[in-house]
Amino acid sequence: MRESSQPLAGLRQRIARLAATGGPESRPAEGWLATGHDAFDSALGGGLAVGRTHEFFAADALDGASAAAFAALVALRTPGKVPLLWLRTVDAGRRTGHIYAPGIAELGGDPDRLLLIETADPKMLLACANDAVRCVGSAAVIVESWGKFPLLDLTAGRRLTLGARDAGTTLLMLRLNAAPTPSVAETRWSIVAATSRELGADAPGAPAFDLELLRWRGGPAGTRWRLDWDKDEQAFRDAALSGAVLPLAARRTVHPLGAEAA
Amino acid sequence: MPLADARAQVPDLAIVPHDPVLDQNWLDRLAQGCARYTPLVALDSPDGLILDITGCTHLFDGEAGLIDDIDRRLTRLGMTLRHALGPTADAARALARYQTRPAPEEATAIRRLPVAALELEAEAATALVRAGLKTIGDLAARPMANIAARFGADAATALRRLLGDAPSPLDPRITPPPIATERRFAEPVASMPHATQILTELVGEAIADLTERGKGGRHFRATFFRSDGLARSLAVETGHPTRDSNLVMRLFAERMDGLRDPLDPGFGFDMMRLAVPRLEALAATQLKLEGGEVRAAAMTELVDRLATRIGRGGVRKFAAVDTHIPEQAQLPLPAIDAPPPTSWPASEPGEPPLRPFYLFDPPQVIEVIAEVPDGPPHRFRWRRTTHAIRRYEGPERIASEWWRRKDNAGLTRDYYRVEDDRGRRYWLFRHGLYDEKPDPRWYIHGLFA
Repeated sequence: MRESSQPLAGLRQRIARLAATGGPESRPAEGWLATGHDAFDSALGGGLAVGRTHEFFAADALDGASAAAFAALVALRTPGKVPLLWLRTVDAGRRTGHIYAPGIAELGGDPDRLLLIETADPKMLLACANDAVRCVGSAAVIVESWGKFPLLDLTAGRRLTLGARDAGTTLLMLRLNAAPTPSVAETRWSIVAATSRELGADAPGAPAFDLELLRWRGGPAGTRWRLDWDKDEQAFRDAALSGAVLPLAARRTVHPLGAEAA
Repeated sequence: MPLADARAQVPDLAIVPHDPVLDQNWLDRLAQGCARYTPLVALDSPDGLILDITGCTHLFDGEAGLIDDIDRRLTRLGMTLRHALGPTADAARALARYQTRPAPEEATAIRRLPVAALELEAEAATALVRAGLKTIGDLAARPMANIAARFGADAATALRRLLGDAPSPLDPRITPPPIATERRFAEPVASMPHATQILTELVGEAIADLTERGKGGRHFRATFFRSDGLARSLAVETGHPTRDSNLVMRLFAERMDGLRDPLDPGFGFDMMRLAVPRLEALAATQLKLEGGEVRAAAMTELVDRLATRIGRGGVRKFAAVDTHIPEQAQLPLPAIDAPPPTSWPASEPGEPPLRPFYLFDPPQVIEVIAEVPDGPPHRFRWRRTTHAIRRYEGPERIASEWWRRKDNAGLTRDYYRVEDDRGRRYWLFRHGLYDEKPDPRWYIHGLFA
């Protein structure tokens, strides 16, 4: 088919050229943030790719702690003393709670690696995140936001992703109480708390997570996982209840915001 | 006088134990207040202040007006004031402390002071009195060489200082910064780019000075003096001593961008000053080729930049505090001060996490259905949602730190780790036992992963 207009054809060529040379997806990942769960990591080609953006959605506000802990644990699993940057707004402490270092130590993480950056408003959060992803030498950059984040549009997301790609840092966007929106993220997850393996005397056990892969640039989405955190091994493993990987579900949509809570 | 004798004489005597540290703090606060009279205020511990009022008296209608003002303010604070003016700091101090006979002029007054005003060693002081030298005047009449030979070099120096023949340096509380460069302009600078250019030059000069001394700056302060008399200061701090002028200028640019009330030259700046109040040793370094150094340097620079932009309290690291009260167990400190790594309590292998990932401070009130008096909670209502509890562990009983409280009391908390029917884990506690409080309330203190 002939292009109807000359400029349109030119644009298409340009896009094709850009896609061939630039673009975050064209370059192979420099490494992976592995979870330590073999099946999970190999299904993603090694884990969460370094130099990319990964989004973690907690559809219900009450699952915020699970989503945050998953992101933090994946980042803090990496050996060494490299700092983990955690950006949030000052009102997050009142809303979801203050990050509690003794709790991170209880999970086997090293709280001394944590660098907490609290900004007054989402605008400043985005500005600081842009600086943070461009700084080499961090284990990961976690940006925690609450609710809709209208400032984080496609342009802002792409700018962050390009910064992370150039510096080789990993950006973990923690979207609490938010519904997924189009973005340039490499993977997008929905995380809810799962029932833990029971200890003696009906006591709650190790942290358990229900993950759903909503989107993956490198392959099919829709996989669901139920993982436990084993703090002694510093690795995720299968939750005892569900056995192995849950069967592949057909691609599901996320529950609309608030539907679960209602 | 022994305390018993004093009590016998004044039966309703109020007695307070002597606390030298509090006294010193109080003197320091008085010295701070005296900065209104002169910038050069020195402490004369334990109970004196020395003010260099050269060129400041006209602001208070002369020396008498100044002393009246100090007297009035200190009397209002319940202090008794003994003051004296002198040509040198030592002379004024001796006059205030030892003057017994008033004299019409300062020189005579100094000569009439007792020899005790020299504050010599006990031996030398006795020797002076034995020699029949009772006043400074008696001593000053003798040749200085003889005094030094008989009573020691200290006596001669003290005497010369008192008479104003030798300098008596003052050690002011607020010290001028070790490095300061400034520019005065014949024609006020009214454009910001030009002012920034000049600031760059000033930073360059300060850096050259730092290089010469083998030091690096931790704190840089630029002050812009406007021609209409207003002055504005901007300060930047770095986590490590630095001699990198580009870095300092980047931080200043960051600071200026972040100003809510931007720097306004108005009719122009007629003076700019750059001070480096905090120096630290910094040896000349060679750039390392390994990546680790570069990475650490990049991280320090990021901390500096973000701390400049959002305030030093915005970028923090956690320090552990040795207490069992959960909300006091961590202390977020500004990362720019580089708090040393602390040791965190290690968790027991095989145990689930006993402390939450997110902590509410203050804890949030919840409505709970639980067995009375000390049964576990069955369901609770928080943020307008009811949660049915399926699993729990507890109580973990945490007593209040009664030894730190005046009333030696405080409510005990009973903590429960609970999991609701959706798999979410919470940390709840009952504030008070039933025998401590009639109807103790329940709170949610944190969320587990």
